[in-house]
Amino acid sequence: MSDTFGGTFVGMPAFPEAARAAVGDATLRANLRHATHTIRDKRARAVAELDDWAELRQAGKEIKDRTLRHLADHLLRLEEAVTAAGGTVHWAADAAEANRIVTGLVRATGETEVVKVKSMATQEIGLNEHLAAEGIAAYETDLAELIVQLGEDRPSHILVPAIHRNRGEIRDIFREKMGSWGRPAPEGLSDTPADLAEAARLHLREKFLRAKVGISGANFMVAETGTLVVVESEGNGRMCLTLPETLISVVGVEKVVPTWRDLEVFLQTLPRSSTAERMNPYTSMWTGTSDDDGPSDFHLVLLDNGRTDALADEVGRQALRCIRCSACLNVCPVYERAGGHAYGSVYPGPIGAILTPQLRGTVSEVDASLPYASSLCGACYEVCPVAIDIPKVLVHLRERVAAEGGRGHRLERAAIKASSWVLDHPTALAAGERIASATRALHPKRLPGPGARQWSEHRNLPELPAEPFRDWWKRNRR
Amino acid sequence: MTTDSRARVLARIRAAVAGAPEAPDVTRGYRTSHATEDPDALLDLLHENLADYRAHVHRSGPDGLPELIAVLLAERGVRSVVVPPGLPEEWLAATGAERRSDAPRLTPYELDGIDAVVTGCAVAIAETGTIVLDGGPGQGRRALTLVPDLHVCVVGAPEQVVASVPQALPRLDPARPLTWISGPSATSDIELDRVEGVHGPRTLEVILVTPRPAGG
Repeated sequence: MSDTFGGTFVGMPAFPEAARAAVGDATLRANLRHATHTIRDKRARAVAELDDWAELRQAGKEIKDRTLRHLADHLLRLEEAVTAAGGTVHWAADAAEANRIVTGLVRATGETEVVKVKSMATQEIGLNEHLAAEGIAAYETDLAELIVQLGEDRPSHILVPAIHRNRGEIRDIFREKMGSWGRPAPEGLSDTPADLAEAARLHLREKFLRAKVGISGANFMVAETGTLVVVESEGNGRMCLTLPETLISVVGVEKVVPTWRDLEVFLQTLPRSSTAERMNPYTSMWTGTSDDDGPSDFHLVLLDNGRTDALADEVGRQALRCIRCSACLNVCPVYERAGGHAYGSVYPGPIGAILTPQLRGTVSEVDASLPYASSLCGACYEVCPVAIDIPKVLVHLRERVAAEGGRGHRLERAAIKASSWVLDHPTALAAGERIASATRALHPKRLPGPGARQWSEHRNLPELPAEPFRDWWKRNRR
Repeated sequence: MTTDSRARVLARIRAAVAGAPEAPDVTRGYRTSHATEDPDALLDLLHENLADYRAHVHRSGPDGLPELIAVLLAERGVRSVVVPPGLPEEWLAATGAERRSDAPRLTPYELDGIDAVVTGCAVAIAETGTIVLDGGPGQGRRALTLVPDLHVCVVGAPEQVVASVPQALPRLDPARPLTWISGPSATSDIELDRVEGVHGPRTLEVILVTPRPAGG
């Protein structure tokens, strides 16, 4: 397993056990609650600004579905366009092969360090660990990734991998660890976000300026033009994509869109769903290589690593529409309490619960338990900008796990026990489920827009009970 | 090996969707714009949205531009400024800052020692408060607007201003490296709260140049 899907999470307990440990961590719960509630409200406001959100969502879904139906054709077209523009395209059937290709490309430059833009695909394949074993240092440059890397921690959120850390913890990590990776944190570093951002700027600048090799993923690849798109906020992406001489992008095959025009949909829905902004601060688009601007050597590594298995599942394949916005994490009552680590994968939350078991199968205990890591409340489907029916896929995958040897029943019982705290008494749970199932029939045409906000207010979870959760848990678990 | 994998991945993909029903054509029922057609109102919207994400926005007529640029650079204590190829000479006519050409190509370290850059742009998007650079005349290669800590960007209204993302894309050439900029560098990575100022320029000054004098 570890060789094909990262090595970070080996030995993870199944979701119910991991979740139980996580909900007992009061700091973690407070951090997650604060962050997810902040972004939840902002997202609702950003989405409500567009009165055609339902149509954008529908178009995003249809573009992705149509692309997936003819995926081979679009990838071949992409390959042709990238090659014509001076890039080189590589194909990797699995993580091991992708890691081998990237290592070979870095070696060919003679460099022993690379700067990295945050990329889910390279986390998924465990690229940093692989490079380290080969004597190549990979520096993460996204602020949250830097926090995770310095803290020798694991990512817990798609957009903000260090969401489980608060500002005080981040300051402590910077103070203790920056010095051993490069420029130390400034003397007397405070815990204000502005000071922490400044510390990251100073620490990473020397790495950007001397970097010869950059490694990235991509949010979109346009088949007709060969253009890659990276959406970001901090400018670390621009640094990694622009300053090095060699750029290597590792991208899942499902990230292709057919036409330049298709970007008009996703560049509207992704920023609003993700960081709740009208537009993210920086978006970079490049096509192969250009004379006198940016890297002179560009390599695109197209990654399968289980995606074709997901594509073969007629219900499950819709998970490949995902544009990694993380809105589903931010609204999920289970994620909010359990945190990202409990999912045992780089893809946490509702999307992780349907993506991970499809990408790497349901052989291990943790992966087999993921389809049960949900109360099926439907909030994830409501906010998804490409209308992935996550509850439907979860139920489908539960059937698959159950059919694979009867572990389903035991896992289901365990997961229900673990998630019963989510909606703090049975009537609330039942009411929530009733509302969810009644309104899901309206989807997707009539939901989004101002009405959706009102609607979701009804499904907000009750506040935490006065009694501390741990006491409640002790009394109630058998 | 990659060749084998290419064939293998393509074969897996074809097998995976072989029995799938044809996907429907894409219905593009969404708007091509959410904003007014009126150029003055559009410029106001661009102004407002740029400012909302902490860009500093100024208005000027063509005649006042060199003086305004000089003032903005002086206010930030700028001693040196990168001049991208093709930048109209008169734009920097009033500043006393040292002008640094990119020919021969400045190294990243040299760029890091320069205080500011002044550029034009390819297009600006009112609804999202976005400026797009395409490396055309007066913009330079991407590193020039990335490494210096202050970016002064001049937008020509009304000809460079569009309402929306769907209106911007057809005006851009995908073959050119493109940078979309919406406010200064920022992050939401600490407690999902937005703070400005990480790796890109921490200050973004945008000058909207209109044919009429400002306020006219």
